[in-house]
Amino acid sequence: MDLNFTPEEQAFREEVRAFLRERLPADISEKVRNGRAIQAEDYVRWQKILYEQGWGAPSWPKKFGGAEWNPVQLHIFDEESAAAGAPRTIPFGLKMVAPVIMAFGSPEQQQRFLPRILSGEDWWCQGYSEPGAGSDLASLNTRAERRSDQSGEHYIVNGQKTWNTLGQYADWIFCLVRTDPDAPKRQQGISFLLIDMKSPGVTVRPIITMDGAHEVNEVWFENVRVPVENRIGEENKGWTYAKFLLGHERTNIASVGASKRELGRLKAIARREIKNGRPLIEDPLFAARIAQVEIDLMALEITNLRALFAELEKRAPGPEASVLKIKSTEIQQALSELMMYAVGHYALPFYRASREEGDLASVVGPEYAAPLAAAYCNLRKTSIYGGSNEIQRNIISQMILGL
Amino acid sequence: MDFKFSEEQRLLADTVQRFLRAHYSFEKRRAILDSREGWSREIWRALAGLGVTGVNIPEAHGGLGGGPVETMLVMNALGEALLLEPYLAAAVITPALLTRIGDEKASAELLPDIAAGERIVALAHQEPHTRGELDHLTTSARKSGDHYVLDGYKSVIIHGDCADELLVTARTSGQMNDKSGVSVFRVDPRAAGVRITAYATLDGQRGADIELKGVKIAADRLVGAEGEAYPALESAHDLALSAICAEAVGIMKAVNAATLDYTKNRKQFGQPIASFQVLQHRMADMFLHSEQAVSMSYLAAIRCVEPDPLVRRRALSAAKVVIGQAGRFIGQQAIQLHGGMGMTDELMVSHYFKRLTAIDLTFGDTDFHTQQFTAASGAG
Repeated sequence: MDLNFTPEEQAFREEVRAFLRERLPADISEKVRNGRAIQAEDYVRWQKILYEQGWGAPSWPKKFGGAEWNPVQLHIFDEESAAAGAPRTIPFGLKMVAPVIMAFGSPEQQQRFLPRILSGEDWWCQGYSEPGAGSDLASLNTRAERRSDQSGEHYIVNGQKTWNTLGQYADWIFCLVRTDPDAPKRQQGISFLLIDMKSPGVTVRPIITMDGAHEVNEVWFENVRVPVENRIGEENKGWTYAKFLLGHERTNIASVGASKRELGRLKAIARREIKNGRPLIEDPLFAARIAQVEIDLMALEITNLRALFAELEKRAPGPEASVLKIKSTEIQQALSELMMYAVGHYALPFYRASREEGDLASVVGPEYAAPLAAAYCNLRKTSIYGGSNEIQRNIISQMILGL
Repeated sequence: MDFKFSEEQRLLADTVQRFLRAHYSFEKRRAILDSREGWSREIWRALAGLGVTGVNIPEAHGGLGGGPVETMLVMNALGEALLLEPYLAAAVITPALLTRIGDEKASAELLPDIAAGERIVALAHQEPHTRGELDHLTTSARKSGDHYVLDGYKSVIIHGDCADELLVTARTSGQMNDKSGVSVFRVDPRAAGVRITAYATLDGQRGADIELKGVKIAADRLVGAEGEAYPALESAHDLALSAICAEAVGIMKAVNAATLDYTKNRKQFGQPIASFQVLQHRMADMFLHSEQAVSMSYLAAIRCVEPDPLVRRRALSAAKVVIGQAGRFIGQQAIQLHGGMGMTDELMVSHYFKRLTAIDLTFGDTDFHTQQFTAASGAG
């Protein structure tokens, strides 16, 4: 048993660090490290820089232009990127639809879509959830009817998707739609379609969340025409592809690097805040709260390395991902909560986290206080999305405990 | 990075586990628990026969020359069996202290006997106001001609009444929390001025309070150099912390399995209670806690020999916190999910619960280690 990285892995870490030092734009990392709003163009700008370096898609196979790093390299890259203040990867193209296209798409689909995902030219979003289909995804109702006319075979899509993240910037959406409403089981009769967001009949309506941000949307489809060649794999087999995608959603689920960075920010704030004439970080009660989350994070880091090691040994990441998801979201939430409490009453002046209106700036109080209450509100989402933490407990009890 | 165990390590773990599953049943353990001594020399010798008592003893002194990872694997198995015999005291702490203190004579005299299961030697360090503070030491050793005179009081010394010989810490100089001036003496428990009050502890193990009143100890019974025992004491203590975390992990896995099994078989309202989601989620949380505990016991085993004291302190205290909290949650929920049966003495689960509780109270509890962690982290 050994926790050390190999000399090759250490060298790789140095290479990543050097790259980040040189190429990560200071204005972007400044925003990330201070918890300020990241603009869509920041994400795209960073993706293009990664693409130039040949690191646009760290996990993809080389034959599709990826870096084809192993799980340890991916972990090191994520950890160093987070520490340096690189923006998180918007996962919908690179980490979600791309693996589906590689595994089940036609060669034409692969050539058409993958290079534009890699280079950051196309922004993708996800069309899974519906108003009546959240954790119970298979109950989705968006309908796609197959038609044929002189311009070819196509589907007519009608329905509504919701909790669509950052779809206001998207060029494409991947959707689960019902192609056979009479299928004997709900999981059957679903197909996986790629839909151009500029298609007539697609409407994006913002959902403003309690932090004031426009991060999620409703997407409406009214008689949207989708060519049959935009379907992945076979008709009515979409559930298989959807499950495959959800398996890929779990990569870097532990977010250890980002949480370490946020822990550092929490401590920096607690050093500057004053309580009873002393730095807040020296207050025994607050220090114990910080210690608790730091200790939980240490344990998560090792649990994550154990999962990585299992992956390296070619034991596929299994339901342990649910453990990582629950613990990492609890830690992210605890960190944002502590940061908010650290600034005390200066968490009260509220600055809406609007992406359109640009960056946040304090009017009163310390500058670092401005984004904290909004971030606390925003991160409540983490235990709800990606399979709520209750669903994760169902998975643990079914897949691990055998109940 | 590697979380695999070597072939020898797996074999060791397997040997101990198989022996205990075959020879340390609940009934057998109960009979030992009810015996006057509260532990079994016969089991102890059998463990020695398997080499288990010598895991932490160098090969030159008749042991296996293992390290913290081997100790961890043994402790996992001892946890599952809830071993009552003085393994931690006699086969982990004492050998670690003797080898690290660098006293060849004492090592040559004691270690082969310990490895062979012939002699029980226990460290008597803790005092009434220790509460986890290892450098807290008020027992004094006053040099007088060719001997020392020891005065003091040692409190709740685990397996202190089972020992054929005690290693007693005493201050030869300095103040209460000074790290210099700490010395170790070999003390015969039958010596004049030594008064031992023996009792069973919460978890069915043995404990003793040891009063030392004008105890005359020959100067050649000093172990190592006078006043310089603290680093070895700390090092032995750190191995013990890692070991007790591993024991807790063995218990947590066993108690989770027992709870799962019980809820699958226990029927209420016409169905197994494991079919109720509220219990499923509780058990999912118990699993989650035990996974985090496993991770931290690995970290503790790796870091307990880390040269940088702050890195070592942070890892060990963090491990003790995670294990303390996990043990409390798992223990309490296991009793809850077993319902009335969990309250009884006749199921293993209540015994597991008591040992997990005792572990949190040993070597400093969760609050203590949270503070240690903060102190070792500085303001950064």
